[in-house]
Amino acid sequence: MELSDKELKVAALENGTVIDRIPSDQLFKVVSLLHLDTMDKSITIGNNLYSHKIGKKGIIKIADTFFKEEDIDKIAILAPKAKINIIKDYQVVHKQEVSLPDQLHDIIRCANPKCITNNEPMATKFDVIDKENVTVKCCYCEQAISKEQIKIK
Amino acid sequence: MRKESLVSITDYSKDEILEVLETAKLFEANPNRRVLEGKVIATLFFEPSTRTRLSFETAVNRLGGRIIGFSDASTTSSTKGETLKDTIIMVSNYVDLIIMRHYLDGAARYASEVSPKPIINAGDGSNQHPSQTLLDLYSIYKTQGTLENLNITMVGDLKYGRTVHSLLMAMSHFHPTFHFVAPEELKMPDEYKVYCDKLGIPYEEHRDFTEDIIDRADILYMTRVQRERFTDLMEYEKVKNVYTLRNAMLAGSKPNLRILHPLPRVNEIAYDVDDNPKAYYFEQAKNGLYTRQAIICKVLGIKITD
Ligand SMILES: [Zn+2]
Repeated sequence: MELSDKELKVAALENGTVIDRIPSDQLFKVVSLLHLDTMDKSITIGNNLYSHKIGKKGIIKIADTFFKEEDIDKIAILAPKAKINIIKDYQVVHKQEVSLPDQLHDIIRCANPKCITNNEPMATKFDVIDKENVTVKCCYCEQAISKEQIKIK
Repeated sequence: MRKESLVSITDYSKDEILEVLETAKLFEANPNRRVLEGKVIATLFFEPSTRTRLSFETAVNRLGGRIIGFSDASTTSSTKGETLKDTIIMVSNYVDLIIMRHYLDGAARYASEVSPKPIINAGDGSNQHPSQTLLDLYSIYKTQGTLENLNITMVGDLKYGRTVHSLLMAMSHFHPTFHFVAPEELKMPDEYKVYCDKLGIPYEEHRDFTEDIIDRADILYMTRVQRERFTDLMEYEKVKNVYTLRNAMLAGSKPNLRILHPLPRVNEIAYDVDDNPKAYYFEQAKNGLYTRQAIICKVLGIKITD
């Protein structure tokens, strides 16, 4: 089920961002990835809603907050099919899909325990080698990491 | 990262690889050239590797440079909990170049990012060992007279053997045909086969190590099949002698065939092969000296012309 403009209005978000089509099991990871847990704006979270596109989905509405593109693109790691709706004055003024950036800076952890990044206090860096299947490659140990192995830092 | 550092073989283009090999040839003709006079080079071996360290230190000595460093991490401040970054920055205050080996994957890449002086990676965990790859290439170049259009047959542990992966990447510039001979548990990982497919490089996979395969090869690159790599020890017992090269197997091989091995060997090359003129693994190790001299000069921007 896609949210219609009407339903977004029902949620009474005057201004802000709606993140839709998050897989249910990834919802709270998205919350922490965007640091919503430390935010003081009003946030509405729905989970285990039915979606014919992805099965069970979650949705997050954040009032009076507009993310930078690079921040919002991070969530493609967890929810590659997520949809972003920008709301201004109760209207959806912009819709966009997320897309993985070419490089991930200090967002995820390397799955290789012998990687230098897991043994030094340092930032991680990954090249995204397959945007479709979310496969990334550590710029240090050069190992490829699949979607299932990805852990947020 | 500083452009001059050599961390991974993929840091070098085809032309840069050839430049190193040409310089290595000049060093083989005359290994004693005092081009590092007045320079201090660090060899930092966080993990011991006598073979590689002696080769690099001989290279520096024959170039007239001075060496500081350590050969074992237990004697260094890293055992006191100092970070790699701090150690590298401290040492870079004293030297013109850092040659390092480390037990962690990616350590050399990170060092090259934090160091104001160039880094040569002498092995980082199970990841990269580019000077080994360049000496393998030099050995192939020298014995075949070219790197182009060769049949490269890799035998043994093709899953964990980093030398075969790096050699595959480096040879991909030169239109090779690959043959991968390995047991099921140790076969060439898909990512390298996909890499070959993308570049249109032909390859064949084999379970059995037969004379038919040997007879077509220009280079036979042997690797160790180690017991600890097997989850099923029955499987190891079954295959451990299947990938051993014996002299009799070379009867029908090409005259230009050469047998390479990164050494040390265990039982994958029988001792009766050593006296065959096609056995090249001991000269291969010696080529490491000239290749490392060439790498050091390239990294420091020193041109050798005659
Ligand atoms: Zn890594």
